Amino acid sequence: MTSTHVRARPARRTVSPLPAARRAHRTRPVPPRGPNLTLGPGRLSRTLALAALAVMALIWLLPMAWAVLTAFKSDQDASDPVHWILPRGGFTLDAFRTVIERGDLPLWMLNSFVIAAAVTVITVAVSALAGYAFSRTLFRGRRWLFTVVVASILVPPQMLIVPWFQQMLTLDLVDTYAAVILPQTVAPVMVFILKKHFDTIPRELEEAARIDGAGHARVFWSVMLPLSRPMLAAVSIFVFIGAWNNFLWPFVSTSDPALMTLPVGITAVKDAYGVNYAQTMASSVLAALPLVLVFVLFQRHIVKSVATTGLGGQ
Amino acid sequence: MTTPLATRGRPPAGPAATGRGAALRRAVPPGLLFALPFLVLFALFMLWPLAQGVWMSLTDTSLSAHDPSFIGLDNYTEALGDAEMWRTIWHTVWFTVVSTVPLVAVALVMALLVYTGLPGQWVWRLAFFAPYLLPVGVIGLLWLWLYQPDLGLYNHLLQAAGLDGYAWLSDESIALYAIVIATLWWTVGFNFLLFLAALQAVPDHLYEAAALDGAGAWRRLWHVTLPQLRRVTGVITVLQVLASLKVFDQVYLLTKGGPNGSTRPVVEYLYDMGFTGYRLGYASAISYVFFALVVLASAVQFVALRRREK
Repeated sequence: MTSTHVRARPARRTVSPLPAARRAHRTRPVPPRGPNLTLGPGRLSRTLALAALAVMALIWLLPMAWAVLTAFKSDQDASDPVHWILPRGGFTLDAFRTVIERGDLPLWMLNSFVIAAAVTVITVAVSALAGYAFSRTLFRGRRWLFTVVVASILVPPQMLIVPWFQQMLTLDLVDTYAAVILPQTVAPVMVFILKKHFDTIPRELEEAARIDGAGHARVFWSVMLPLSRPMLAAVSIFVFIGAWNNFLWPFVSTSDPALMTLPVGITAVKDAYGVNYAQTMASSVLAALPLVLVFVLFQRHIVKSVATTGLGGQ
Repeated sequence: MTTPLATRGRPPAGPAATGRGAALRRAVPPGLLFALPFLVLFALFMLWPLAQGVWMSLTDTSLSAHDPSFIGLDNYTEALGDAEMWRTIWHTVWFTVVSTVPLVAVALVMALLVYTGLPGQWVWRLAFFAPYLLPVGVIGLLWLWLYQPDLGLYNHLLQAAGLDGYAWLSDESIALYAIVIATLWWTVGFNFLLFLAALQAVPDHLYEAAALDGAGAWRRLWHVTLPQLRRVTGVITVLQVLASLKVFDQVYLLTKGGPNGSTRPVVEYLYDMGFTGYRLGYASAISYVFFALVVLASAVQFVALRRREK
């Protein structure tokens, strides 16, 4: 225990200039921008821009407002063609109660969470290791392998559902978590993004650790990873959202309702129970809630994640 | 000059490097060890399925139990003569064209408006991006309800304005566009955030210089902002085209490809062939036709981007 601690110290020393730099970055005031830069100083242009924004935001918020409104109605009021805005029988929590008591929604949320978390952890871990290998090490066939990995970014996962399914039959994994998780963990684009990110870290930062005899494992763990925390967070958020919302493969690989993820399960319910608009909207609102709440809480991180990862590191 | 070389070479073996670990390290270069976990998954769930797909496309593999036999290129000949496959490819291409234009243009307008720094930044971002976070299952349920002909929000609004409602998803002439609208609402926030980030990267001094030269808001937009966004607009368009070509989820959930197959994209066709028609061999052949389409679209766009940058 103590010996690893002592040995880790030299590496940590090389990191010390950075937290300060990061802190400086964080506290640096947001550069003044806005009206005085892109918009004229005039009152009219400001008002017009604000009006345009308000109209668009209204159009974009309306569907969600309609879903929430419906969810708080009774089934009868939800399908009342005349009084379509305010319910005659008043607002009620009945739809939510029914949906929650049915019990499958929390289960699917849990499944989605477990699967998305597993996909995220595995994808980010193996992609970071591979990104480091392609950025910092030499071995025979490295360039050639990297070319293959980058080329495979083009392969649409949709074209692999048939062979994946055959594979899961062969491996006897149909209707298991493993079947849903494993194919989603291969993300060549994440390897590419992380490789490019590691390329930007100055080699001088590893030098001290190397002189003290640190190998690749130590350099990766105590120099590269600490310096990459914001990037790893961005990539993780991105992978998590993708896995949480993924539909086609979880839909193909699971038929057992106990293993379904949220996007697959709530669709199956509609087909099984027929149409009850108040209840479908109640389950939609509940299904939408986790990620929207997370977004409200961590808006800046998610915005940054999309901005850094969304273009595939371009 | 020697240090970079030193860092690139093998790490000096530490005191702990004895026994089997050391032997392994000598046999396998450390870099390969780092890449190994990814490469194993990559081989298992990318390379193998790709190869297996090729093999299956040359057989009559079926989900019903009988041993597959090799039939050469028969699946491909059948696919190329399959009018329904070409129809689904056309739906996919048309959806891509019709969805990419607003998904890029509306996102740009949103970003330009939000970037003006008007109050309420938090609200605008939430409004435009939150739909992107909804699972597609929710998108399906929500838009079925919004488009419901007798009780849905949109027909209520149209009727309140004195107009006729539409049979949004069951009218062959508009179902695809109804899906495009739902898709726009759902995913435009993603491109919006990409544009917003790109706008933040435009150096302020360009605006200051333009303002000193007496350029008004519109001229700054045309001569500073938009030229600065040219490259990123190209990249976002390419990514959007590739994303739109893969359309399946929301079509399947909203219309199941109907009415009368008028919205069925090629990914749904390969799904239907494989998992409802049990013809896995034929579905594999269609997968590769689909792949060819994606590669073709990428190549065309790559050349176009390159040419524009010159």
